[in-house]
Amino acid sequence: MSKRHSSSKRKLSAAALRSVSAIAVCLSSIGASLAAPSTPDAALIEKGRYIAAASDCSACHSVQGREEYTGGMAFALPFGTIHSTNITPDQEHGIGAYTEEEFARAIRRGIRKDGSTLYPAMPYPSYARMTDEDMHALYVYFHNGTTPSAAQPPKNTIPWPLSMRWPLIFWRGIFSPTPKKALKTTQAAYDDMILARGAYLVEGPGHCGACHSPRGLAMQEKALSTQEGDAYLSGGAAVDGYIPPSLRADDRTGLGRWSEDDIATFLATGRNQKGSAFGSMTPAIMHGTQNLSAADLHAIAHYLHHLGPSRLKEKPWVYDPRVTNELHQGRTTERGAMLYVNNCAACHRTDGAGYPDVFPPLAGNPVVMSADPASLVHIVQSGATLPAMHKAPSALTMPSFEGHLSDQEIADVVTFIRQSWGNNAPPVSKRDVEKLKKTMPPRNMSEGPIPQN
Amino acid sequence: MNTKNADAIIVGAGWAGTIMAKELTEAGLSVIVLERGKEHTTAIEGAYPDSIDELRGAIRKRLFQNLAKTTVTIRNTVDQTALPYRQLAAFLPGEGVGGAGLHWSGVHFRADPNDLRLRSAMEERYGKNFIPKDMHLQDYGVTYEELEPFFDKAEKVFGTSGTAYTVKGKVIGDGNVFAPDRSSDFPLPAMNDTFSAATFRKAAHDAGYHPYSLPAANASQPYTNPYGCQMGPCNFCGYCSGYDCYLYSKASPNVNILPALRQDKRFTLISNAHVLRVDLDGSKTKATGVTYLDTTTQRETSLKADLVILSAFQFHNVHLMLLSGIGKPYDPVKNTGTIGRNFVYQTITTSRVWLPENNYTNQFIGAGGVGVAIDDFNSMNFDHGPLGFVGGSPVWVNQAGVKPIAAAVGTGGHGTPRWGKGYKDALVDTYKHSLAIDAHGSNMAYRDVYLDLDPTWKDAYGLPLLRMTFTWKDNDIRMNQYVVNKIAPIARAMGATKVSLNHLEFGQPFDTRHYQTTHLGGGAIMGDNPQTSALNRYLQSWDVSNVFVIGSNAFPQGMGYNPTGTVAALAYWSAHHIRTTYLKSPGPMVQA
Repeated sequence: MSKRHSSSKRKLSAAALRSVSAIAVCLSSIGASLAAPSTPDAALIEKGRYIAAASDCSACHSVQGREEYTGGMAFALPFGTIHSTNITPDQEHGIGAYTEEEFARAIRRGIRKDGSTLYPAMPYPSYARMTDEDMHALYVYFHNGTTPSAAQPPKNTIPWPLSMRWPLIFWRGIFSPTPKKALKTTQAAYDDMILARGAYLVEGPGHCGACHSPRGLAMQEKALSTQEGDAYLSGGAAVDGYIPPSLRADDRTGLGRWSEDDIATFLATGRNQKGSAFGSMTPAIMHGTQNLSAADLHAIAHYLHHLGPSRLKEKPWVYDPRVTNELHQGRTTERGAMLYVNNCAACHRTDGAGYPDVFPPLAGNPVVMSADPASLVHIVQSGATLPAMHKAPSALTMPSFEGHLSDQEIADVVTFIRQSWGNNAPPVSKRDVEKLKKTMPPRNMSEGPIPQN
Repeated sequence: MNTKNADAIIVGAGWAGTIMAKELTEAGLSVIVLERGKEHTTAIEGAYPDSIDELRGAIRKRLFQNLAKTTVTIRNTVDQTALPYRQLAAFLPGEGVGGAGLHWSGVHFRADPNDLRLRSAMEERYGKNFIPKDMHLQDYGVTYEELEPFFDKAEKVFGTSGTAYTVKGKVIGDGNVFAPDRSSDFPLPAMNDTFSAATFRKAAHDAGYHPYSLPAANASQPYTNPYGCQMGPCNFCGYCSGYDCYLYSKASPNVNILPALRQDKRFTLISNAHVLRVDLDGSKTKATGVTYLDTTTQRETSLKADLVILSAFQFHNVHLMLLSGIGKPYDPVKNTGTIGRNFVYQTITTSRVWLPENNYTNQFIGAGGVGVAIDDFNSMNFDHGPLGFVGGSPVWVNQAGVKPIAAAVGTGGHGTPRWGKGYKDALVDTYKHSLAIDAHGSNMAYRDVYLDLDPTWKDAYGLPLLRMTFTWKDNDIRMNQYVVNKIAPIARAMGATKVSLNHLEFGQPFDTRHYQTTHLGGGAIMGDNPQTSALNRYLQSWDVSNVFVIGSNAFPQGMGYNPTGTVAALAYWSAHHIRTTYLKSPGPMVQA
């Protein structure tokens, strides 16, 4: 503590010295900017902070209720639980003792300081393509721009022999590209500067594929970049009970009907005319993408927008007013219709259009039409909160309906939603809902801050 | 040595307090807002469907002041002994973050230009002698033209729905022909008419009047305000007044300002902080801060600041000034002093019209601010010369959604049975086929109607309660009777099968047992003369220049319109002058 105090004192006096000299310089040219010039260090730390946001380090290494970057997020695997680590500059408990080379090796190649291999929960197959320049800024940020802490995450509970890390060397060798190769594939493919920047951010630091790409038998991402095939970003397996949808141009189940502006707005504020963030995407926006520049968000959007569909047989969604007309005439005989009117329509409206930007539309919403109904059922069961973002300070909530609606009623109402207004997803049974209850995420607002508006 | 806790301390987290906090943090000041009640979170308390529980909400008064801790005493005349107001009925002050701004309806008016300078305007038109001797008729000291930019700003923050008549002198819509000119249109188009409002619109037009859509801070469309705060559109569920809107459609400090404020590091909100007094220095001309009681720990804390803003509910502001010794208490006998002077209310009566049985008024549909009004008998829009009274009333159908308990408690009108089959038939008939028409009138200030500290009763914290001395006066009863009679031709034009016109009777005292309105005003009014007003035109205390008092307490008389729009505009007006003038050179902004 006292150490930190004196070091911050040191920084202060250095800053004072600098501003004195700055004033001396400025005095000769009145009218010149009086702002103290930022040192390369400060600028580099800021750049590193930005890259940390683009890489969403917080998503796994900062957990609510613990100090920033001290890890502790649990990853439940079939054979045990692993926890994210302390990445503060603490010499003993964090990464303070890492050299820049060791730091870069851990992030891009998944090799710890002691030479053992990191669990691929750390997305080093994606980070592999991050540039040396970004690595340097990130290193400077984590060593000089964050607060060291001795907080320890809980111990991993992987039983021997699975706890041995050496077999991961083979996994890494097969599935994780070398930084050189990775960067080359990501950079080589584009003449368009914006597209290239978008590809870099999405495939590299953004590691979007970690959730949004399907994985193979060895848990490897089936494609790590757009060069590696249409599986890339075509939708992943459930994370915390929610299904990461396709980010490709799939018309019904992907972003086929989202414009570039829609994507950029979503990443900046967690909401747009087409939908609202939920599940793990919410912290990814909160800690990550909302901090990115408009230019970078536009580059990401531009890149995602240029990806083709992965499901070529999807018939484009067209709004069908039949159900709307029936509800407007008071006809609620269809399965789930009355439940919808009584529980959902206040916000999502009888025409399924919602109130864009505030309450998301259900008509044509890819989340609603995904083959696996887990996201929709879980949102109904648990409710959802869209927290305040810098550029969208209003938090918006949907209450939990678990306990208020029976399993059969939830099955009926989500089936109604999945099959109205041109939506055409398969029905959901009571059994499906019962099963999904077992993986139900924590009830809305039972964890995390409560919106105060 | 500077030991202040913040640059500014604001008392009360309602509309006025949050507007001031937003403005002052924008100016770079650190601000602490003290709120006596608790946090109110729409996400939990307002979560659908529990939020629309009438028993918990409007009947058991979920969002209102806890009178067990502190209340007011009330008497009609100076020769009576006042007794505490122990059950919420005639008026309903809010409590907790958002204040009355969380439970209000949403009718959002700009003041009529004449109402802001009513004495001058009346004297110019009818002469000095027209005004009764004991009536304290006064000007605000600020004009509509001066306030216009701030009315405009408030509407944009509130996401107000309405139809303009003129913008920059050009007629642009079929809004209120009596409304003053605007610098820009409403941010959102007017809400749709309910059936009853549409019926009134047509009938009022046929009767020769000028109907218009009530300006409503209920969003007719999704809306994002200049602070980036979002509103969902209203679906006419009818749970506005007394409720926190689960659709985020009704403007409130909680929805429209606090989300942005809470992101500002210069802003601190302390709830459960009951302010006991403003602390003054020895000269009694400068506030040093405030002392509050943490109602969860019962601990007293004093905070220091350069600037103190009182923005609690109208009478709480007056109460705090009296408890703190800011300014001179009003004495009705000597007619001296200003704190407690010009305590005013509104003169409101509700009439009912029954339509033929093939007309369904669907009274469960509604919104707090939605409706159709006429201003033909409001303010100075008609000839008072032969009538012998000052003031007026807008008349409107404001179907705010009649909830089941309220409908059942209401009767079928005068002369119908109070029990049995006759009661039930009348109840059903009334609920299905009737509509209510309000005469929402002004109330003037009088020498013997005022606020002071009660000599007997104390609150839970040992402080004297505020005493109200209030009753109806002939001037306002005459006005009410005149305007209510104008409803008859409208009812006829509607094809009414039965009409119940309700008006005040001469000699009828103010009765605290029945809800009338929460639009209390005055008691610490603004004006040009420190002998007759507590605050100058910038809502700055004449006596303690680093105290500003924002709220309807500043109204010299009760206007026919709902007060919130004017309170918000006055807050922005005051904040503007604090930012542009006061902060550069603290001190009195008007020389006494």
